Amino acid sequence: MKLHSRILIILWFIAAAAGLAVSIFLAVSFGAKELTLQTVWAAVFHYDTTLTPHQIVHDLRLPRVLGAVVTGMAFAVAGTVMQGVTRNPLADSGILGVNAGSAFAVALCFAIVPGMSYWGLILFSFAGAALTTVFIVLLGASTPGGLTSLRLTIAGAVVAAILHSLSTGIAIYFALSQDLAFWYAGGVAGVSWDHLRILTPVVIAVVLWATVMGRPITFMSLGEETAVNLGVHTNRIRILGLTAAVILAGSSVAVAGSISFVGLVVPHIARRLLGVDYRIIIPFSALLGAILLVWADFASRMVNPPQEFAIGAMVAMVGVPFFLYLARKEGRDL
Amino acid sequence: MNLNMAQVEKKRARRALTVSTALLLLAITVILISLNTGSISLAPLTVWKTLFGYGTSEEQMILFDYRMPRIIVTMLAGIGLGISGAVFQGSTRNSLADPGILGINTGAALGLIIFVSFFRSMDGPMAVLIPLFTFIGGVLSALIIFMFAYDRHRGILPIRLILVGIAVAAGISAVTLLLSLKLDEETYAFTARWLAGSVWGRDWIHVWALLPWIAVLVPVIYSRSKALDIFVLGDEIAYSVGNHVTRERLVLLGMAVALSCASVSVAGGVGFIGLVAPHIAKRLAGPQHRYFLPVAALIGLLILVTADTVGRSIFRPNAIPAGVVVAAIGGPYFLYLLFKTKN
Repeated sequence: MKLHSRILIILWFIAAAAGLAVSIFLAVSFGAKELTLQTVWAAVFHYDTTLTPHQIVHDLRLPRVLGAVVTGMAFAVAGTVMQGVTRNPLADSGILGVNAGSAFAVALCFAIVPGMSYWGLILFSFAGAALTTVFIVLLGASTPGGLTSLRLTIAGAVVAAILHSLSTGIAIYFALSQDLAFWYAGGVAGVSWDHLRILTPVVIAVVLWATVMGRPITFMSLGEETAVNLGVHTNRIRILGLTAAVILAGSSVAVAGSISFVGLVVPHIARRLLGVDYRIIIPFSALLGAILLVWADFASRMVNPPQEFAIGAMVAMVGVPFFLYLARKEGRDL
Repeated sequence: MNLNMAQVEKKRARRALTVSTALLLLAITVILISLNTGSISLAPLTVWKTLFGYGTSEEQMILFDYRMPRIIVTMLAGIGLGISGAVFQGSTRNSLADPGILGINTGAALGLIIFVSFFRSMDGPMAVLIPLFTFIGGVLSALIIFMFAYDRHRGILPIRLILVGIAVAAGISAVTLLLSLKLDEETYAFTARWLAGSVWGRDWIHVWALLPWIAVLVPVIYSRSKALDIFVLGDEIAYSVGNHVTRERLVLLGMAVALSCASVSVAGGVGFIGLVAPHIAKRLAGPQHRYFLPVAALIGLLILVTADTVGRSIFRPNAIPAGVVVAAIGGPYFLYLLFKTKN
């Protein structure tokens, strides 16, 4: 039985990895200009700067698809960790306002210090995400009797709405170069190799770190008392877990804008497929999140080429029905 | 005892009257300031002179063709949002209800985009029909929300209603953006701006589109103040007093949806006014609807006209949508209310 489930897990991982590889290849090949698989292959492994198709793959398609992969991983793992340590099945960095805080900081940077380096942007983005998280956690803690997860979710959503509105105001006021839709719902069209060089190691390192924390997070997801009895320093793990989520969300928002619902949907699917062990769910969520965003980005450029659609809105169309289903299920315990 | 009740009643009426008069004066001041601000500033005296027909033709054009329609749209929308928020809160007994937060506004946006795809223009004579389309969109999103928030055994659960509303708003605005992108890039940018709450109706046709809705619905709702008062006491009491609770509630909610959809149709997706205005009004004029509804309307008007003027004037040459200004103030107030009400 034990062996059986282990094989099942390995099979799911292989399937997800293969699914991701296929998705990446499809997303790189199809677009405003369709390319054959051979061209894509050649462009990746024998890059020739004089050929236009190679340039398209190398300079336009590949960075954005890889950007979708990395940010998808980041948002999904951020959501998984948040759901685990807060025991709130509706937690998601977008819904709880963490992304909005980060996006607000980024908007401020764009407006006040145009041309800030990507490192600077990431740091401010962290700061925005961290401040919002602290604010929401304090709001929850300062209420007598504590907050139910539904109430906390509403508080987060309203904080998100306020910050979102302010960011839009800044974007309109300063006539920021990005499309308004970027501030509205994000997009990975602007991801460049420079971004990826910084973003990828950060995200991978934090995902690994979160996986290592998987064991105590699993205990916490089973209940505060259980975790304490099993010797988990619950406050420490909660702070560390939220820190990981803030780093993941902050660094991703700096390149891709605020994308909600990835972190909500993915962990639920992962748990449904592979159980409650966060050591397994966290890396699996990373793969699923990457697949989800690659397809969302693909769809957002294919619905009405050559125009781009907001990727966050694309994800919302899948995420909202899912959220409604969950809220209805959770509502029973109100 | 009876005498006492009568005295209390008299006191309340007098208080409501005082508050309304003060607010009315304040509103007139703000409207005059608003008429006065813009890329070409007109002195207050000139505004007065022009209003009574003594201005130059240029001044008349600025005032009557540019500023007046926009301000009237803003005023009417403010009234509509204030009243509709009060009705939402009263008839669902949910102090956090607001057409913006509940996602009714985004349904209206969907209706607006469908209108644009049919008629291809938002300024022509067909613009009179805009509120009808937004109303249909609003009803659609209201149905979805109530369907998901309704529990067979416990009716509509307040907290779940808000949560579902927030999610439905996100979903419908995504669909709306997608449809608008399908039309053309300009409509897409317009939709994004609309969702941020920028007052876009600037022609007289938009005033004529909105006016009948406000002029009909506000008095009808006001005539039902008694029913709203009874709802606040709870369904059991409402039944025992002999009301058709469900029917009455549906009618009132339908009118509130219509009012808010008509208001945002030409004013943009401004949230939080429907939340804040009734709360302030209740503090100022007491809990009886026949006193605080007019006050809520005035406060809605005051907030929206001020927000639009501030967004237009302080941040020149660019303008910030009125919705952003309102959210910056109304959002924190919502949080305050959320944490004040008990779990």
